[in-house]
Amino acid sequence: MTSVTTAAESGIKEAVKRFILSSVNIPDLGDDDNLFETGIVNSLFAVQLMTFVEKTFAIEVEMDDLDIENFKSLNATVAFVSRKNGHRVA
Amino acid sequence: MEFRQIGVLGAGNIGVGVVTDLVLHGITAVIVDISQEILRRAQAEVLKNIRFAPALSKTLPRVTKEEASSRMVLTTDLKAVSTCDFVIENVTEDWQTKKQVYENLERVAPPEVCFGANTSCISITQIAGATRRPANVVGIHLMNPVHLKPTVEVIRGFHTSDRTIEILLQLFSRLSKDAILVEDMPGFVSNRISHLFMNEAAFVLQDRVATAEKIDSIFKKCFGHKMGPLETADLIGLDTVMRSLDVLYESFQDPKYRCCPLLRKLVHAGHLGRKSGKGFYVYPEG
Repeated sequence: MTSVTTAAESGIKEAVKRFILSSVNIPDLGDDDNLFETGIVNSLFAVQLMTFVEKTFAIEVEMDDLDIENFKSLNATVAFVSRKNGHRVA
Repeated sequence: MEFRQIGVLGAGNIGVGVVTDLVLHGITAVIVDISQEILRRAQAEVLKNIRFAPALSKTLPRVTKEEASSRMVLTTDLKAVSTCDFVIENVTEDWQTKKQVYENLERVAPPEVCFGANTSCISITQIAGATRRPANVVGIHLMNPVHLKPTVEVIRGFHTSDRTIEILLQLFSRLSKDAILVEDMPGFVSNRISHLFMNEAAFVLQDRVATAEKIDSIFKKCFGHKMGPLETADLIGLDTVMRSLDVLYESFQDPKYRCCPLLRKLVHAGHLGRKSGKGFYVYPEG
């Protein structure tokens, strides 16, 4: 399956990346860097990230979405938001 | 003992955590604080904690918003705890405030009810002295975030009875928590040591030896701690850390507990850590 990143996804990625980098003191963040396993953030940050995506993209993180896998990296978070928004997932 | 209702005095950081844990485990919490505004904020925080809990822990029970709301009684009237099986006190880390609360609590709680004093540093024996039931007072030192921490430091005061300890252990068993029982001295084990770390880390930052990030990184990457001392202080609340240091200083009369001027300055500037959005670090909204 061909991976296609839409303009909408690029915008989501940019916003999420900006939010994460404003919260942690690292110079850059790789698309697939695991935020929690690498210790970049602690698990409490997951709540901040979930709250951020809800407010910013007007989506609701529902009971079945409450899996840290959905927010473990930049790409995972973008895929989650895109899925909720009905955009094509890269 | 059957725990149907637990009184929770003080709806700050730890109080919210205690209520979250109780509600998640099917116990009704009667939450008392001094204003409706504080109570409303606390309720919102509890509901947020409960909503996101499944993402942070696979083992915690799943509870709906409606179930959670039905297990919370919010009030500014201390008399509401008169029907509670146990009372957990989490008011401000200030002796005069706690003393007043315990004197009032003594009047409204049935004599057999036990009190769990949640304090960072104040001696449990001193707190028990403000009541007429010192055998029923036990110290509990819950860590943040309460509902995600599996272990609690429990402090036996000079007069604390075995029955009181047993009742508390039963309650923690309901909350799936283990307890480590220690004897009473200001700061107990955890805070007597951890506050030296946090305070000295603030001095190191003040002396410009390293940035906050570098200080915390050394603790995380070299010592293997989950969090560094400065981010821990931000999580606890810098005002609470400052007050705890003052209690330790006052109690031991030992200059090693003198509060770092930078820490005190941040508190006076309103930079209290996570809860105010700024402390040693800046926290994005959310």
